Amino acid sequence: MFSYSPLIVLFPLLGFLFLGLIGWRLKNEKLIGIIGSGTVGLSFVVAAILFFQMLGMQPEERKHIVGLFTWISTFTGTPSSLSVSVGYQVDQLSILMTLIVTGVGFLIHVYSIGYMHGDAGFSRFFTYMNLFIFAMLNLVLADNFLLMFLGWEGVGLCSYLLIGFWFDRKFDTGGYKPGTATTSDAAKKAFIVNRIGDFGFLLGMLLIFMHFGSLNFETVFGRATVLSVGDKTVVWITLLLFLGATGKSAQIPLYVWLPDAMAGPTPVSALIHAATMVTAGVYMVARCSILYALAPTTMQVVAIIGAVTAVMAATIGLVQNDIKKVLAYSTVSQLGYMFLAMGVAAFAAGIFHVLTHAFFKALLFLGSGAVIHAMHDEQDIQKMGGLKKYLPTTYKTFLIAAIAISGIPPFSGFFSKDEILWKAFSSEYGSVVLWALGVLGAGLTAFYMFRLVSLTFEGEARYGHDVHPHEAPKTMTIPLVILAFLSVVGGFVGIPASLLGGNSIEQWLEPIFEPANDKLSLIPQAVTAGEYLLMALSVAIAAGGIYVARMVYLRRAELAEQWKAKFPKIYAMLFNKYYVDEAYDAVVITPTVKVSEAILWKGVDVSIIDGLVNGSAKLIGTIAQGIRRVQTGIAQQYATIFVGGILVILIWLILK
Amino acid sequence: MDIQSYLLLSATTFIIGVVGVLARRNAIIVFMSIELMLNSVNLSLVAFSAYLGDVRGQMLVFFAMTVAAAEAAVGLAIIIALFRRKQTVNLDDINILKW
Repeated sequence: MFSYSPLIVLFPLLGFLFLGLIGWRLKNEKLIGIIGSGTVGLSFVVAAILFFQMLGMQPEERKHIVGLFTWISTFTGTPSSLSVSVGYQVDQLSILMTLIVTGVGFLIHVYSIGYMHGDAGFSRFFTYMNLFIFAMLNLVLADNFLLMFLGWEGVGLCSYLLIGFWFDRKFDTGGYKPGTATTSDAAKKAFIVNRIGDFGFLLGMLLIFMHFGSLNFETVFGRATVLSVGDKTVVWITLLLFLGATGKSAQIPLYVWLPDAMAGPTPVSALIHAATMVTAGVYMVARCSILYALAPTTMQVVAIIGAVTAVMAATIGLVQNDIKKVLAYSTVSQLGYMFLAMGVAAFAAGIFHVLTHAFFKALLFLGSGAVIHAMHDEQDIQKMGGLKKYLPTTYKTFLIAAIAISGIPPFSGFFSKDEILWKAFSSEYGSVVLWALGVLGAGLTAFYMFRLVSLTFEGEARYGHDVHPHEAPKTMTIPLVILAFLSVVGGFVGIPASLLGGNSIEQWLEPIFEPANDKLSLIPQAVTAGEYLLMALSVAIAAGGIYVARMVYLRRAELAEQWKAKFPKIYAMLFNKYYVDEAYDAVVITPTVKVSEAILWKGVDVSIIDGLVNGSAKLIGTIAQGIRRVQTGIAQQYATIFVGGILVILIWLILK
Repeated sequence: MDIQSYLLLSATTFIIGVVGVLARRNAIIVFMSIELMLNSVNLSLVAFSAYLGDVRGQMLVFFAMTVAAAEAAVGLAIIIALFRRKQTVNLDDINILKW
């Protein structure tokens, strides 16, 4: 019954091929939209059927690998033999990710039919989107590192293509290179920054092959279980893989591409840069949980980077005025929470947050898309306000998502975030500092989300009279409503024992993380009063954040200005995103450009390479300049030389 | 039969031909000198043929004479075309095929 799992991957590939080859000839948007989203929908149906069949099975039967064909096979029979097949591994973790990718992906595809209506690149858009889904499914369903890497690179490519989808549009990077950047600059930035991370992934993969002699998940993880904790090579492997994750999942130090990636169409931001692709790093760490369990040092690094990213991105989000930028920093921050969970060995909690975050963050982005759509491409929240009158559905769904991300019970974000915070506090790998950072981030999250809601939807209208906001069409609002429903109930799959729930998602994922948990020898936590206390505290802080934001931005607008005037340095630092882009520009980009220009271009290329090529040509030319005088054009001179030659030969023959 | 005198004659006419080709400037004279060289070779071929009693040398001479006749026709035609174009047959003036 597992044998049809490759169909999940096949449908988007067919959609991509069809739309890519003949889609641009079809003038019918409806048809393109139905094909584009239908293929993803079919994948979702197959994945859902598979999921329900898995539900009815014993936990140990749920894992299954379908090998399609051998991809690479070299040095067979020698110790360094490498054999990689294209095979898809369906298990508790990958089916969950597949459901998120295809389910949320399908809703976003449907939404895109409305959002991209009338765009000249309508079919190109759906072609790239289907290619993305195909690559993403390869990433999550792969049964070996190399196929996963193929998907990893594939989603990076699609991210590049879709960020630069409107490649001729101007793009405001927010201070950096003002007025000159286009969306393709943002796309290039994303691609190049990701390249750094991908290089880490590649090195990690090579190291895995050297250390374990295979790239198959099954083999590698099987051999890893017998290693002892603290194995040096494994520490390096996990650090390098985590470098890859920081690139793809926008963590310090490689997060800078994600805010700029907002240059792409909003459904792209929702699908790729919020719900699915950016969680690939989290998925990868979860998949390799056994390796991370062997490397406590890396776990510490992951947890610290996650927590710091969560707070830092949230503080930047406090003062941004672009509706999508706020959400982008929010995404970076939430991804930080997921890595915090990974770092404190709360793998299931991290994946749980991937799930709930996919719902409410996709919803927030799609909602912002509806707002941008209504405001005719205006993204500055200072020029919005009072939109709830005109966009009632968008407002309600956006509000639900904002409550969910803030962590107010019983919305989905509460359960996943609280699980992470509790684990950050109570786990042997956690600490009070990590927990405090998490709670601080949660408060900031609540504040900037409700700043966004207040400035966008409530209060007085601050836009010109020539703008007439209108509610989005049905194809856009229906996905919003479905996602809003999921944002409300999505958390119920992980109600912790302390709230009399079964935490079914943790139980479901148990077999995946069992080897890692065995290695870590974690002690199961009993429900204590402390858990309730911390829970209440984080909810109170979130509620406080909401209250302050609403008070400042709805009732006492002058307060925001006062704070701005009181702490101009802090404000400028946050507004300019800690000058990280400028720092990277000064430390990395400018020197690279300068060195390339002075040494590589004018030195190596012009002087040495061109010098060699032109010099050899010049040498031949100079010699020829002298020799060609021999050719006088007088035939008798040639004849004389000819006869002279014959005479020389004759004399030589005679005297010999 | 004394072959030496034939070869001596042949060599002499050949050298006269070579000197004519190299030294004279009139295209027609040069052309005639080339014919002289050809025929001196023909003479030595015939002489060897008779000396060795082998008829193949004479056969070769017939071939050479046939080709020479054709070559003479083409060569003269070229000289006439040249004269029409440049109003001269002086070879020193015909030197445009150079660097």
